[in-house]
Amino acid sequence: MGQIETKKYTPKDFKSDQEIRWCAGCGDTAILNSVQKAMAQLGHNKEDYAVISGIGCSSRFPYYMNTYGFHGIHGRAGALASGVKIANPKLSVWQITGDGDAMAIGGNHFIHEIRRNIDVNLLLFNNEIYGLTKGQYSPTSKVGQVTKTSPYGNIDNPFNPGELVIGSQGKFFARGVDILLNLNIDIFKLADAHKGTSVVEILQNCVIYNDGSFAHLTGKEFREDRLITLEHGKPMVFGADKNKGLKLKGFDLEVVTIGENGNTIDDIIVHDAKNPDPSLHLKLINMQYPKYPVALGVIRDVDAPSYNDLMDESIKETVAKSKFKCLDDILYSGNTWEVK
Amino acid sequence: MDKKPIIELDEVVIKFSGDSGDGMQLTGTQFSNTSALIGNDVSTFPDYPAEIRAPQGTVGGVSGFQLNFGHKEIYTPGDYADVLVAMNPAALRANLQWVKPGGTIIVDTDSFTDKNIKKAGCEESDPLKSSKFGDFNIIEAPITSLTKESLKDSGLDNKSIVRSKNMFALGIVYWIFTRPLEYTEQFFEHKFKKKPQILEANKLVLRAGYNYANTIEAMPSYRVNPAKIQKGTYRNINGNTATAWGFLAAAEKANMPLFIGSYPITPATEILQELESRKDMGVKAFQAEDEIAGIVSAIGASFAGNMAITTTSGPGLALKTEAIGLAVIAELPLVIVNVQRGGPSTGLPTKTEQSDLLQAVVGRNGEAPVPVIAASTPSNCYNYAFEASKIALEHMTPVILLTDGFLANGTQPWNIVDSKQLPEIKPRFFKGEGEYMPYARDPETFVREWAYPGMKGAEHRIGGLEKMDLTGNVSYVPVNHEVMTNKREEKIDRIVNVIPQQKVEGDADADTLVIGWGGTYGHLLTAVQELREEGHKVALSHFNYIRPLPGNTEDIFKKYKKRLVCEINLGQFAKYLRMIYPQYEYKQFNKVQGLPFTVTELKKNILKLINE
Repeated sequence: MGQIETKKYTPKDFKSDQEIRWCAGCGDTAILNSVQKAMAQLGHNKEDYAVISGIGCSSRFPYYMNTYGFHGIHGRAGALASGVKIANPKLSVWQITGDGDAMAIGGNHFIHEIRRNIDVNLLLFNNEIYGLTKGQYSPTSKVGQVTKTSPYGNIDNPFNPGELVIGSQGKFFARGVDILLNLNIDIFKLADAHKGTSVVEILQNCVIYNDGSFAHLTGKEFREDRLITLEHGKPMVFGADKNKGLKLKGFDLEVVTIGENGNTIDDIIVHDAKNPDPSLHLKLINMQYPKYPVALGVIRDVDAPSYNDLMDESIKETVAKSKFKCLDDILYSGNTWEVK
Repeated sequence: MDKKPIIELDEVVIKFSGDSGDGMQLTGTQFSNTSALIGNDVSTFPDYPAEIRAPQGTVGGVSGFQLNFGHKEIYTPGDYADVLVAMNPAALRANLQWVKPGGTIIVDTDSFTDKNIKKAGCEESDPLKSSKFGDFNIIEAPITSLTKESLKDSGLDNKSIVRSKNMFALGIVYWIFTRPLEYTEQFFEHKFKKKPQILEANKLVLRAGYNYANTIEAMPSYRVNPAKIQKGTYRNINGNTATAWGFLAAAEKANMPLFIGSYPITPATEILQELESRKDMGVKAFQAEDEIAGIVSAIGASFAGNMAITTTSGPGLALKTEAIGLAVIAELPLVIVNVQRGGPSTGLPTKTEQSDLLQAVVGRNGEAPVPVIAASTPSNCYNYAFEASKIALEHMTPVILLTDGFLANGTQPWNIVDSKQLPEIKPRFFKGEGEYMPYARDPETFVREWAYPGMKGAEHRIGGLEKMDLTGNVSYVPVNHEVMTNKREEKIDRIVNVIPQQKVEGDADADTLVIGWGGTYGHLLTAVQELREEGHKVALSHFNYIRPLPGNTEDIFKKYKKRLVCEINLGQFAKYLRMIYPQYEYKQFNKVQGLPFTVTELKKNILKLINE
C-alpha cells in the first residue's frame, strides 16, 4: 500500500452506483459525503479500503461506497472489522456503526475492540434513537425522552460514548457533527493517521424519529457559543467573538471570558490530545451544555501499539525462531516410530 | 529378573483412576505412548470431571484414563477393564462396575482410611474386605508409603513426594505387562530438564514401583506382542490435535494464511491452544471476547482473503448460529468445528454426545444450507478437518465439522498422512480479467468467484441482505429471492459430486445393516466384527458426510431388510434419514449417558434385530 500522490482520486471515485435510501435530510448522507471527500485526500489505494458495518440505518453505508464493503449482522461490526484488519493489516479499515449497534447489542465487541486497540477507524453515528426499527429509545437516548418504547418518558440512564471509550482504555476519541463537513474531514484524516482504534462519535440528526435532538447545540445562530472545537496544541477558546475559554479551577473545568475578572489567554488550557493520562480528556468528553460548551474535534490521540501490529511482530519473531518450516516438520517431530 | 512364565495376550484394557489431582491422565498417557512405541495398537479414553479440582476423595472428583492395547487392531478403548488402578476408595467405588470378572485391581491401601472410605460414600467400613471382591485379583500395595520411603533421602518436601505416587503405580503396571521404562524416563528427562531433583525422584519412584511388583510376584507377568499394522511412520495423536493439524495442512495446500477466531470452551479448547502455538508457522490465532466474536472475526478474515476457521462446542454453536447464516448468504468459506458434548445448555461439558447433529444440519433462521461432515476416529479428525476446509474453500461456503468429546480427547497411533499424500486445494479466486461479478457462478458447481480487499478493480459490497443475482446489489425483488435461495441450496446439493461414495463393511448378503455416524465408528466396527466372527451375518455403513449424504446412500439402504441406526442421542440421524429416505424403516439404538457405547451393549442390540 504505497503512498501515492493524493490527487489521484476525487470524491466521485468513492460513490457507488447504488441509490441512496436514507430519508431526505438524514445526517447520514452528510457524513457519507465527508467520508468520500476525506478518502479522496488520504492517499490509500481505493482497493485497500474496507468499509465494514453492523445493522441499523448507518450500517447501510458500505453499499454507497465504491470500495470493498461488508454489511454484517447486528452489533458485530467490531468483530467483523477486527477479523478483516488482523487478516490483512495493510488494509485501511473503516467501521460504520450506530449507538444501538455499538453500545447495546454490540457493547461487548465495542469495548474489547477498543481495549485491544485494533487499527480501525470506527465511526459511531449517534442519533440517540433506533431509526431502522422506527423510533425506540437507544442506550444514548436522553432520560425523559418520549419514544415508542418509552411513551411515558425514558428512565434508562444513557451512555456517553466517549466515557465508555476512556473506560475501555481507548487511545483515540473525537467528536464531530453530521453537518460540519470540514470538521469531520479534519477528524477523519487524524483518525486515519492514528494507529489503533480511532473512535469518532458523530452527532447525527434523525429527521424522522428524533429530529432536532442536537439543534440546541448546532443551530447556526448560537453554535459558536455552545460548541468548542479542540485542536492539539491550541488554547481551548470558543464563542462567536473567540473570547471564551476553558480554565482549570481546582480539579474542575470552568468557562471564563477572556478579558474579564483578570482572565487572559494565558489562563486558558492548551489542549494536549497526546497526554496518556485520560483525566482531562474525560472531563472534556463529559462537558454538557448549558454549563459547558460541548467538545468537538480530536479530544484524545495517544500513541500505543495496536493489536494487529503486535500480532504481526509476534508471528514474525516466532516464525524466525521456529524449527517448523512446514507442516511435515511438525508431523514428524517428537515421538514417532516406524512400522516395517 | 523374572522367573515366572510370561503369558501372551491379544488385547488388554487398563483403567487408571484416582483423584482429579492425582496425575492419572499423565500416567495413562505414558502407558499408552510406551505401548504404541513398542508396536501395539492402542485406543484411549480420558474421562475426567468438569471441575479442575473437584472435592478430593469423592466419587465426583474421580479422574480416569482408560486404554486398550493389543496385538490385533484396536478400534475402541474397551468396555471393561482387565486391570483397574484405584488410587483411593472413591476411584474403586466409581469404577468397580467396569472391571471384568476375574480382573485385577491395584489399590493404594494407604488411601483406604476411614475418612476416605466415608468420603467415597462406600457402604462397607472396609470395601477391600467386602465379599464383592471375591471375583477379583486384588493387589493391595501401600503405594503412598512406599513412595515416601523411596524418596526419604531426596530432599523433596512431602507434597512433591506424594505427588509422584502415580509413577509408583505406573511402575507396577509396567512390570505386569513387561513394558520398558525407557520411554517414560526419556519423557521425564525432557519435561524436568530444569528440575533435576524432580527428574531423579520420578525415575526413582517409577523404578521402585517396577521392582516392588517384581518382588511381591502378586500376579503373573503378561506380554502383548506388537500388532500387525500397516507400514509407515506412526505417532500418537488425539482428535483435537489432529483437527488443528488438518487445518494447517489445508492452509498449506491452499497456500493461504490460516486465521482462527475462537473462544475457549470444553472440550474444543485444545484446538485453539494448538493453533495459538502454531503462530510459529504464521497462524493468525485470535482469542475473541466471546463465541460470536470468534466466528464473526473469522468471517471478516475470510472476506479479507484468509482461510478462516472457528472452533466451539454445542452451546457455542448455538451462539454462532446467526453468523453462520451470514456466511451462507455472503457465500464465504469458513469451517466451524463443533466438538460435541452432553447437552442441552451447559449439560455435561466434559462428556461425549452426538446430540448437535440436527443443530448443525438445520439449526438456522431462513433457508441456510450448510455442508456437515463428521470425523469418526481421533486420527481421522485430521482428514476431515482437511476435507471440510477443501469443501469450504472450493465451494465458497461455511462447513460444519462435527467431532465429539470422545474423539477430541481419545488418542490412537496414527500412520502419519503428510503433505505428499494430500490433494491440492484450489479456491476459485477472481483472476482480474473482465468485470468482477460477485455472484456470477460456475455453471457446474454454482460456486461464485472470490475477490478480496486489496485486489484492484474488484471492489464490491456484500452482506446479510438478499442480493441480486450476479451483481450482488441489495435486492428485494420477490422472484430474485427465490432464485438466490434455490441457487444456494443447489450449490450445497451439488457437493455430492465431489465427496466419496459411501462404503459398507461386513457381509454384503446380510439382512441387517448397522448405520452410524461420527465418533461411534470404533465401537460399531468392533461390535459388527465380533458378531461376524461369532457366525452372524451383518454389515456396517458408517457415515462421515452428513450433508449432503453420499450419492449411493439409497443404493445401500435398499439392499438390506433391516436397518439399525445407533447414536449417542435420541435418534437425530435416524430422524434425518427418515426425512430424506422416508421409504425405509429405521430401527434405533440410542444411549445418552455422556459415555461412548460399549461393544457389549451394541452386540446385544444388533443381535436382537438380527434374530427378529
